Amino acid sequence: MTQSPLTRNIQGNGPTDILAYEASGGYLAARDNIGKADPADLLQLIKDSNLLGRGGAGFPTGMKWSFVPPADGNGHRYLVANADEMEPGTFKDRLIMENDPHQLIEGMLLSAYTLAADVGYIFIRAEYHLAIARIRSAISEAEQKCYLGDRILGSKYSFHLQVHISAGRYICGEETALLNSLEGKRATPRAKPPFPQVSGLWGRPTIVNNVETLCNIPHIVNHGANWFKSLGKGDNAGTKLFGASGRVKNPGCWELPMGTSIREILEVHAGGMQDGYMLKGFLPGGASTDFLTPDHLDLPMEYEAIQKAGSRMGTGLMVVLDDRACPVGMIANLEKFFARESCGFCTPCREGLPWVQGILDKIEAGHGQAADLEVLERQALFIGAIGNTHCAHAPGAMEPLVSGLKYFRSEFEQHIHDGRCPYAGES
Amino acid sequence: MKSELINALSRAEIDAIEAEITHLPDRKSAAIDALKIVQSQRGWISDDSLSAIAKLLNMSAAELDGIATFYNLIFRHPVGEQVILFCDSVSCWLMNGEKVCSKLQRTLGIQHGETTADGQYTLLPVTCLGDCDHAPAMMVGESLHHDLTVDNIEAIFK
Amino acid sequence: MPTIKVDNQKLVVKDGDNLLQALLSAGIDIPYFCWHPAMGSIGACRQCAVVQYAGEDDTRGRIVMSCMTAVTDQARFSVATQSADQFRKSVIENLMLNHPHDCPVCEEGGECHLQDMTVMSGHSVRHYEGKKTTYRNQYLGPFIGHEMNRCITCYRCVRYYQDHAGGHDLNAFGSRDRVFFGRVESGLLESEFAGNLVEVCPTGVFTDKTFSKHYTRKWDLQSSPTICQGCSLGCNTYTSERYGQLRRVQNRYHHQVNGYFLCDRGRFGAQFVNAESRIRQAGIRNSQGLYDATELKTAIGIARSIISNASTIKGIGSPRASLESNQALRELVGQNNYSNGMTEVEQAMLQKIIDVLRSPIPTPSMMQTEQCDAVLVLGEDVTNFAPRLALSLRQATQNRAKTLALGVHIPLWHDAAVREIGQSDRSPLVIVTPTEDRLDEVASHVLRLAPDNIALLGDEICHAIKDEDNGTASDNVSSVAREIAGLLKQATKPLIVAGTSLQHPGILQAALNIAITLNQQNISAGFFACASESNSLGVAMLDNQHSISDIMAEQPETLVVLENDLQRRLGDRFDASLAGIKHLIVLDHLDNPTVSVSTLVLPAATFAEAEGTYVNNEGRAQRSFATFNPAGDITPSYELLDQLRSVKRHIDEIHHVIANSIPTLAGIVAAAPAASFRIEGAKIARMTHRASGRTAIDANISVHEPTPPMDDDSPLVYSMEGQHEQAPANLRAYSWAPGWNSNQSNHKFQQEVGGSERTGDPGILVLTGGGEIKTGDVTLTHRRLVPELHIFGSDELTNSAADLATLVTAPYLRMHGTTAQSLGVVQDDGVSFEVNKQRFSFAVIVDDSMPADSLAYPLIPATVVLTNLDDIQLSKAESWTKAPASGQRMITTDRSQ
Repeated sequence: MTQSPLTRNIQGNGPTDILAYEASGGYLAARDNIGKADPADLLQLIKDSNLLGRGGAGFPTGMKWSFVPPADGNGHRYLVANADEMEPGTFKDRLIMENDPHQLIEGMLLSAYTLAADVGYIFIRAEYHLAIARIRSAISEAEQKCYLGDRILGSKYSFHLQVHISAGRYICGEETALLNSLEGKRATPRAKPPFPQVSGLWGRPTIVNNVETLCNIPHIVNHGANWFKSLGKGDNAGTKLFGASGRVKNPGCWELPMGTSIREILEVHAGGMQDGYMLKGFLPGGASTDFLTPDHLDLPMEYEAIQKAGSRMGTGLMVVLDDRACPVGMIANLEKFFARESCGFCTPCREGLPWVQGILDKIEAGHGQAADLEVLERQALFIGAIGNTHCAHAPGAMEPLVSGLKYFRSEFEQHIHDGRCPYAGES
Repeated sequence: MKSELINALSRAEIDAIEAEITHLPDRKSAAIDALKIVQSQRGWISDDSLSAIAKLLNMSAAELDGIATFYNLIFRHPVGEQVILFCDSVSCWLMNGEKVCSKLQRTLGIQHGETTADGQYTLLPVTCLGDCDHAPAMMVGESLHHDLTVDNIEAIFK
Repeated sequence: MPTIKVDNQKLVVKDGDNLLQALLSAGIDIPYFCWHPAMGSIGACRQCAVVQYAGEDDTRGRIVMSCMTAVTDQARFSVATQSADQFRKSVIENLMLNHPHDCPVCEEGGECHLQDMTVMSGHSVRHYEGKKTTYRNQYLGPFIGHEMNRCITCYRCVRYYQDHAGGHDLNAFGSRDRVFFGRVESGLLESEFAGNLVEVCPTGVFTDKTFSKHYTRKWDLQSSPTICQGCSLGCNTYTSERYGQLRRVQNRYHHQVNGYFLCDRGRFGAQFVNAESRIRQAGIRNSQGLYDATELKTAIGIARSIISNASTIKGIGSPRASLESNQALRELVGQNNYSNGMTEVEQAMLQKIIDVLRSPIPTPSMMQTEQCDAVLVLGEDVTNFAPRLALSLRQATQNRAKTLALGVHIPLWHDAAVREIGQSDRSPLVIVTPTEDRLDEVASHVLRLAPDNIALLGDEICHAIKDEDNGTASDNVSSVAREIAGLLKQATKPLIVAGTSLQHPGILQAALNIAITLNQQNISAGFFACASESNSLGVAMLDNQHSISDIMAEQPETLVVLENDLQRRLGDRFDASLAGIKHLIVLDHLDNPTVSVSTLVLPAATFAEAEGTYVNNEGRAQRSFATFNPAGDITPSYELLDQLRSVKRHIDEIHHVIANSIPTLAGIVAAAPAASFRIEGAKIARMTHRASGRTAIDANISVHEPTPPMDDDSPLVYSMEGQHEQAPANLRAYSWAPGWNSNQSNHKFQQEVGGSERTGDPGILVLTGGGEIKTGDVTLTHRRLVPELHIFGSDELTNSAADLATLVTAPYLRMHGTTAQSLGVVQDDGVSFEVNKQRFSFAVIVDDSMPADSLAYPLIPATVVLTNLDDIQLSKAESWTKAPASGQRMITTDRSQ
């Protein structure tokens, strides 16, 4: 049994077609279970596996699924794959979708069967042209082989899977905004409750899962919950796609046991820092996670430990800040992104983020004043807590700012004091 | 009514939109798909296209434009033959993306949001293209270019 | 009833409320923007934040939005705690980043909810140094101004306009900190309810353009509680004045009638009071046939001598005049010589409406119709005849969504979630009319039928409810009737809407039969009747004996006409009917054809200048109070009529005379307090306590402040001195409470948010019980000509409101393609016809949704000649010029797919 189930078919030799996928044991779980297994048993299996959502929040998948009410026969039930990978610094789902699209399809099929969903959508960002093409061709292969469509594999179960290409908006990655977008509306997040499980797509029960999460399902079904739990380090279940970008020698994305140490990821897999660059800090899992520093290198990459250290594991793809890049500039870049991608619905996000961005730009340009840091801190407090805003976008935006002010405060002060960015001219 | 629509939308466009609608519970839900279908043919969504699509979807132009103007990749102004989406997110920024982009801007003589005089390229910033291990990255039309440097960017447009 | 703890105060709150409602209902001030009592919560502005604690031991708590928080028993909150207070300050601070500091030149200033909430939150010091976002404004028509720079992006406007009022041409565009609220391009806002944007917007983005033309700060306005004159629904309004001009009309909350919203006819139509065509002086026709302006005293003297010398005198009253004025006329000419100013047909129909209102059949108020779960509209173009009702019926179609929401425990205030789960699943609404209605788009069934066929279908529905087959209808009609009957029978609160707009007694009877039959089957079906004018029901109750024709048949030598343009009722018979009358004395506000043929005209005060009692379509007698003392000789009609018989009496005496002589109207005395009413010895002020009162307007005459006019008629004063927010609802002159300068202060006067007034809902239901009603035969009219009603144009008075008049359609005849084909005409050709030897040419509108056997014409002044005609002979108009295009509101959303 493989120790890297998600990437077992990804060897850099092009996409896996359906024959190759089947040859590697693909669709075995589907053939064994669709129309045969009791969905309740499958749900219990996923609960037992301790699979946590791989999109960033780390919510237990089985528990999420268990909130879907029993089928009432009054209309569709939906399963949506969140393939709107737009978190800056994140490039994991693209890897799977481009290279092993059937893995996602089988994951969705088994999940949909478990949830009694009859319609599925893959919500994918428009810039992923290659992934879109490969998924589409995989869907038609799967349809031809009766893994998708009516009466799958001769059973009474039907599941129709479609690709929806986004019109471009980071907020679509938020699951309720994604649902509004799928409905053809402005992608404004919805207030929860009601949760999508109860009133999701077109007001019907809906589950939205990240691509990587769904790809774990066939392997859990094939090999069992205990096997899955054994893959991770410590109490952690399964493997995870980790990665690093920035000034490391070997930027990339690797499937590693959940709980692998940051040091191992950065020093072994990413090959350490490029020559002439030192590690100053890093965002552990995308733009909306708090900075960590070299002091945190020995933490295991898993949700709880990273949370305890004051950050979030997020998508698990690290963005590395080196000693020759300006932390103020980096945070300004991040906040520009968040301000631009605000949907404009709630006040703290819509108005608050551009103000924060403006102040950071001003400090970076050497026009900052001491009082600006107070405003930044007050705004961070105002915007930064979940519940203060309509969705998690703006609180996420405050994570690198708050942690940046904590770890790199002297740099901010130096900008203000010197009236210039000390890194100007560096590259 | 139909003949009027065909003047503004091609038969193929209408067919493609109608095909999307068959998967959806109502016509309005096809709004984004329809905008993308027409944009893929015409490069952008003109006011006339907007009205024609709105009619086809049984919604008002205002309702459709509220959606169209929300999304980054629906163009309500004319764009060049190819749209350059230059990543300005954090990983590319860390890898000197800003300077590479400035170089590109000088090379093409346009700023963000502008189109070259020959109508060839429109330059827009884009959120992370998911190619961070090869930052900086950009997309020209549908092709991804990465590991960009101040030195190699020019050649792509030669 | 859950008990919650707020800052250690225990509150018993209403189950199903959100915390914001509960706090406001308990009198605890909390700032908010996006929540609206009629539209629920979305959680966008984040202004109403409070801290919620997990339990007794939780000392930190967490920020929650009170509008998005359900009240649960034992929940603990703090409004006052520092973190909540700071959060709310920050919301304002952030909202203010881009809000211009243009309060001194902004029309909202002084009654701006944003100003109030800013003060309430305590934010005052600015830290933002950046540039403010600016936008380009749009032209939105003659009613609504647009100033986007002031927008705080609370999304109330789109939620009101699209979700509540069903408009399609206003939306939010763009995203992030550049959201634009407007139209795709400049142009008239299509919705008939667009005017409410002015009150829905918490700041000065959408403003009343008719008010802008003669703008005055709220605190300098003189206002009074009035009853809208635009139709029979009796919406409650605040009318405001300065310097003798009516400045604006605003919604006056009424829990049963209009709630928080008005239609645009009501809001913008009252400007007729300022019209050029106002009759401001008495006039006497001289020997050359021209009018000599005459002093009122002289004119009254002449009129008295005409009356005392008359061999016969008759009086025609008016369903748009107050009960008091009609009663004064009735006393002047004598009961046997008085007509309430309606035709026989209309009088008979109103008698039916009175009968049903007195019967055990439920007759819901307008706001109660919003709770109905299946609605049948038989023959009424609601949007154009009883416009405000259309807004309520739209809400009724949402009941299906509400049921679905409750099924999955979504609270009804969670607006977006209720709409999401409801999707396009609406409660049944069946519309059966000859012409298009904007409500069609939310209807489950739309049937375009000629009036007689509407009556027949109604009859068939009645049979279907009884599971009878009367054998006369076609299979097609029977099956439709059975389907509609099924919908009504399945509903828990079905509603039948009918009325007088088509002047078709058969339709009204058929609708009544349906309601009666349903009730006989123990289905509590409501009946909602629309009448024509603001006091149709009142005058029908006052005296429904003689029709106009009865009066005219006696060829009176002298005729007194009260506020009634007889041409609108008599149509082509107008000239002939009046030909034999020697002395025609007319009391009215505006020049009209009846005034034009009078021998003597007296300047009658409008609703804004005179007190009056009006009975609306549900039998609610409501008192409207004068907003200002009219200039010069303009006098209330009841006073003029009393003067004609040399009587001087107080208006309250007239109330008693009416009450004593007409038992069913006894309740009008209590419709509002008498003139002697005082609170702590003081009357109710029409002006705010901030009214400066001092201006230089008359400084060329005297620098001394003039004495305010006395008001002996009512418990109100023309002054700032008196009671203000203590006034009972039926006397309150404007909505204001400390810290709440805008109309958001409504909740300060309600028993609970969105509930009844603490001092009781204004008005008295005078027709309650005691009567019986039986089904009757459905009669037919065999008319081919059908009046098509227009919200702008079909009402007599509001046509003279300058801005509204620009939206009145040009005349046309709407017909089915087959009719056009038989006449040899196409769209935009002209057709001509002759009436009274006069030729008319109207534009052709070819509309295949029309029933093939009908011709629809717009009910506007230019078509008044068609009023009583059953049919006309049409031919293609040669050498014909189309009337210039008007600003008629068109439905631009093509729904023909």
